[in-house]
Amino acid sequence: MRKTFVFAALAAFTLAGSAFAQDTAPPGEKPVDPYAQSPANAAATPLADPATFQAFHGKEGLVRIANDLVDRSIADPRIKDIFATTDVPRLKRTLAEQFCYVLGGGCVYTGRDMAAVHKDMGVTNRDFNALVENLQWAMDKEGVPFAVQGKLLAKLAPMQRKVVER
Amino acid sequence: MKRLGILATAALACGLASTAMAGEIETGGKLKLTHGVSALEGGAGGGLSTWAVIAGDETDHGVGGEVHGTYVDVKDYKLRAFGGAVGWHDRVELSATRQEFDTGATGAKLGLGKGFTFKQTVLGAKVRVLGDAVYNQDSWVPQVSVGAQYKDNSQDAIVRAVGAKDDKGVDWYVAATKVLLNQSLVLNGTVRMTKANQTGLLGFGGVNGGYKPQFEGSAGYLLSKRLVVGAEYRTKPSNLAFAKEDDWMDLFAAYAVNKHLSVTAAYVDLGDIATFKNQRGVYLSLQAGF
Repeated sequence: MRKTFVFAALAAFTLAGSAFAQDTAPPGEKPVDPYAQSPANAAATPLADPATFQAFHGKEGLVRIANDLVDRSIADPRIKDIFATTDVPRLKRTLAEQFCYVLGGGCVYTGRDMAAVHKDMGVTNRDFNALVENLQWAMDKEGVPFAVQGKLLAKLAPMQRKVVER
Repeated sequence: MKRLGILATAALACGLASTAMAGEIETGGKLKLTHGVSALEGGAGGGLSTWAVIAGDETDHGVGGEVHGTYVDVKDYKLRAFGGAVGWHDRVELSATRQEFDTGATGAKLGLGKGFTFKQTVLGAKVRVLGDAVYNQDSWVPQVSVGAQYKDNSQDAIVRAVGAKDDKGVDWYVAATKVLLNQSLVLNGTVRMTKANQTGLLGFGGVNGGYKPQFEGSAGYLLSKRLVVGAEYRTKPSNLAFAKEDDWMDLFAAYAVNKHLSVTAAYVDLGDIATFKNQRGVYLSLQAGF
């Protein structure tokens, strides 16, 4: 009985905590409308193989890859318009979280659902592929072997169905 | 006739102008090597075999195309192929290829005369019916296309003399292609209904029958975004009485120099051709496209 109470209190505390986190954006990021956080938002299940995560040089490597990917994409004439109103620091942070989560690095993905976040962006297959090329460039820059790059691409590729609208 | 030509040109020009004004023509956008390379019979494939991928660099809103020149040099013969293909919306592919099978000095031994050359035109159409070879990595469902190749051999009398029933024929096929990013693999399987002897270069049908199902299998390992190495196997019918026809196989490397240019080099084993044994040698193909 007492155990149940502790759990309930813990749950209430956690819920309050996550609601609070959404109201106050991390430094450098703009506030976003509240949404339900869930690992399902990452749109892929985590890999079980720790060697892959290591080959990306862990969370630090994935932060560098996400930063390089976003910096290159917002300057890429093919797709930069899509990012015209994007909160760049937030995109970099949530992308790194998502990569880390799906590669089994134990990170929590705090971003929004893939379909919701891309809604009305009008992303085409050509845009999607341009981003894939930029990601390949960023992984090359990080020194991730090509065969290992495929493990992340395999996790992200099915998201095309949620991201591409037209 | 001339008037018709002018009318057609004017109509084409109007059509292009109006499409250009509407901003409808979109090109490019596929990932490197995801449209394969030019197959020997035109259209997109792995070299000796035809795949389910659609030619050209376009995505589902665009138009793409490619031209190719292919040269095969085996022990007693040479084969040249030149052609082009157009891809529409990554959905429909139309191709045209001219093949020249040069018997060289072997021609004299076959009683055809030195340098005798079989020529064949192949017109192809392919439609992607389901799936996507690249995106659906969470499923085993491949990209599946169906297609037809109309083949017209220019040596009517000769191919009949060697025992073929016809100098024209149509191949029908179903192809399935899957890229496995996790394993850096690209796989293809094709079932072809055909009565073609040596893909049609020796005519169609014969004493041993007509349409038979044949299989083409390809497996490639992606070493980088630009380079894939692999092997292919293609079964063939054996319709003619005068010479047994063998299956074909190759070991290939395809390299994408950039989005517009790729080179394929292969070691091919075409088996026995028209009584001449063990036709092994090199296959080189250059492809340019958009």
